[in-house]
Amino acid sequence: MARSPLRFLVLILAISICDAAGIFHPISDSHRSAALDLFKPVDGSFASLEEAYEALRTFEVLGIEKTAELSKATCKSVLGTLESSSSTPKDLFYALGVNGILKCSSKEETFEGIISSLQAVVRDANSLLDFYYSIGSLRLIKDQTSKTDLHLSDAEGTFRSIKALSQSDGRWRYSSNNPESSTFAAGIALEALSGVVSLASSEIDQFMIGAVKNDIVKLFDSVEKYDDGTFYFDEKLVNMREQQGPLATTSSVVRGLTAFSSVITESLNLTGDKILGIAKFFLGIGIPGDTKNFFDQVDSLACLENNRVSIPLILSLPSTVISLTKKDSLKVKVNTVLGSHAPPLTVTLVRAFSSSARDNSIIENQELKFDPQDAVYFLDDLPASFDVGEYIFVFKMLVQDSEQQTVYATGTLTQVPIYVTGLIKIENAKIAVLDSDLGSVETQKKLDLAGESTVSVSANHLQKLRLSFQMSTPLGNAFKPHQAFLRLRHETKVEHTFVVGSSGKKFEITLDFLGLVEKFFYLSGRYDIQLTVGDAVMENSLLRDIGYVELDLPEPPENASRPPPQPVDPYTRYGPKAEITHIFRAPEKRPPQELSLAFLVLTILPLFGFIIGLLRLGVNLKNFPSSAVPATFAVIFHLGIAAVLLLYVLFWLKLDLFTTLKTLCFLGVFLMVVGHRTLSHLASASAKLKSA
Amino acid sequence: MARSTGKDAQALFHSLRSAYAATPTTLKIIDLYVGFAVFTALIQVVYMAIVGSFPFNSFLSGVLSCVGTAVLAVCLRIQVNKDNKEFKDLPPERAFADFVLCNLVLHLVIMNFLG
Repeated sequence: MARSPLRFLVLILAISICDAAGIFHPISDSHRSAALDLFKPVDGSFASLEEAYEALRTFEVLGIEKTAELSKATCKSVLGTLESSSSTPKDLFYALGVNGILKCSSKEETFEGIISSLQAVVRDANSLLDFYYSIGSLRLIKDQTSKTDLHLSDAEGTFRSIKALSQSDGRWRYSSNNPESSTFAAGIALEALSGVVSLASSEIDQFMIGAVKNDIVKLFDSVEKYDDGTFYFDEKLVNMREQQGPLATTSSVVRGLTAFSSVITESLNLTGDKILGIAKFFLGIGIPGDTKNFFDQVDSLACLENNRVSIPLILSLPSTVISLTKKDSLKVKVNTVLGSHAPPLTVTLVRAFSSSARDNSIIENQELKFDPQDAVYFLDDLPASFDVGEYIFVFKMLVQDSEQQTVYATGTLTQVPIYVTGLIKIENAKIAVLDSDLGSVETQKKLDLAGESTVSVSANHLQKLRLSFQMSTPLGNAFKPHQAFLRLRHETKVEHTFVVGSSGKKFEITLDFLGLVEKFFYLSGRYDIQLTVGDAVMENSLLRDIGYVELDLPEPPENASRPPPQPVDPYTRYGPKAEITHIFRAPEKRPPQELSLAFLVLTILPLFGFIIGLLRLGVNLKNFPSSAVPATFAVIFHLGIAAVLLLYVLFWLKLDLFTTLKTLCFLGVFLMVVGHRTLSHLASASAKLKSA
Repeated sequence: MARSTGKDAQALFHSLRSAYAATPTTLKIIDLYVGFAVFTALIQVVYMAIVGSFPFNSFLSGVLSCVGTAVLAVCLRIQVNKDNKEFKDLPPERAFADFVLCNLVLHLVIMNFLG
């Protein structure tokens, strides 16, 4: 009796200190193929040495081979940067980084020149980035050449100047004039400080190193976490010059931390849980789509793989679905973040319980056996009391060698959701038509839900249709699936869906057509019956047409609702549309051509009548001027009028108004002049006659 | 009564005819021209009455051309008539020049409207 409250307390404690449910997978081949797709050089080489360094470092960590042309082209750029006197410390830093990976052949003299300029930069630097790039370059030179005597001229002074930029909360400022501090800068500062320590000719004062260790601890107090147990760093302030996201910030801190811990002799006072949480943060990203994010993720994981604080070990399951029919066994893998082998461990299944009954644990404290061939831990047989359903398994892992336990971060407990699937027995399926009043069975047919056969029944609106079956798990327990639907579809594609209710193992649905007549829109005819039974853990989910029912419903009254219009096949929307025939205005009735021509002749006739009349009147041209000049003017006058009339005819036939008006201007002016001459001559002639 | 009216009409007609014979030839030419224009217009109206007025603008321009030129000819007759006191000082050549000019403008508009 006293044990149960104690057990209850242990349970609460266990759940509260559990890592949240979630699986993280170490780096795998999908990462490698994604890296090859993402880091593609343009025209055989990368745009800048920084990008080249990111790509080559990623390839190095993931074990991808570089092509010879890429190495040659990049080496050329590296040597050019190293030999140029105008390269900044940042350029030299990335050039040397690439050189370290590609091992381009370079001369001793180039390094001599660079070393002296870098030493000068370190002496005069006052911003964090200057320190970082110059010290980093010097450190890379020391690693790549055989210069064991390469030291900083004033290591302690440099250490002190960098440390002076730190803040009380563990973050760093970029320079003394810039009051804003950032976590990203802290990572950079730690890397620079580790470079100073490795380049120092004598040991740095332990007091200062202790101060930096305190800064690291304070920095880790500000780490943030997500619900799934991942830890990360993020910048607090907005409006910084270049706001780095959580991935860049966390990877900067990881680089700084691992670099610093590798150069100091004592260990840092950091719990392995936070390192494991940061490793899970990086792994939880999956495959980033950006080259910078990819590089940050892979480089940080490479730093964590062999760091001196604690090496995180990742527990992952290749499959979280266990099939009872296939008699699967539970398999668990433990790897480092880059997928390498872990040291020998004891992996225990602490508890396994159903997600619907969390208090009842079915398995307790079962140790998993190790298969050295596949490097998996497995549990051979699940106990017989495992039924289908959703479970939560809680694992714990412990390094076997007790001395190594501080080296690795294994976390406390890991919760994993597991699905146990199996075949659900469906039996005793039958469909029956009942008489409404008495409830007696008119027809009853057995259904074979596993097979392909169909049944046909007929009913009228006074009867009921009943479908029933029984479902049970492999162990004989009642099973309630996610979906149990019955669908009736009319010939006109009008559908009605009903949920099949259950009590225990028995599933039954009764359709009373008397009440459903209106819902069915009074449509009589053949209805196809479709049954859907499905669940995530049911291996034999079914969606089957089990037959049809001929339904006889009464005639719809006048105000009955029409069935809704069925959706048109969506592909017809893009098919050819109906042809539109244009209806033009019916042309006016024109008269027959002969009539028109006859009247044309009739219209010309009065002109002839006019001329004949003129002749009968005895017109003469006596008044026409006889002398030469007036005569020509008179002739030209008549010709001018004729020309204007001809212009009008042309205007009617083909010209437009503007050309006509233009021509008319000229002709009109001409005609006026000529006409004036002629008529004034005639006038003077008649005046002379009158006076005479 | 009817016979006397008939006889009066005949007598009136005869006197009109003899009076008309006295008019100068130039005026007779203008009268003939007016008659010709009006007659052409009448033929066009008869045609429209038979076949309908479908291109109405053409019908209008045709009829108005005839009517317009008749009107201008009447104006010319008034101005040229020596018995008309009002236009005593107007030389007939000037009236004729106006007649020609107005006819040309009228026919420009008519040609535009003919379509």
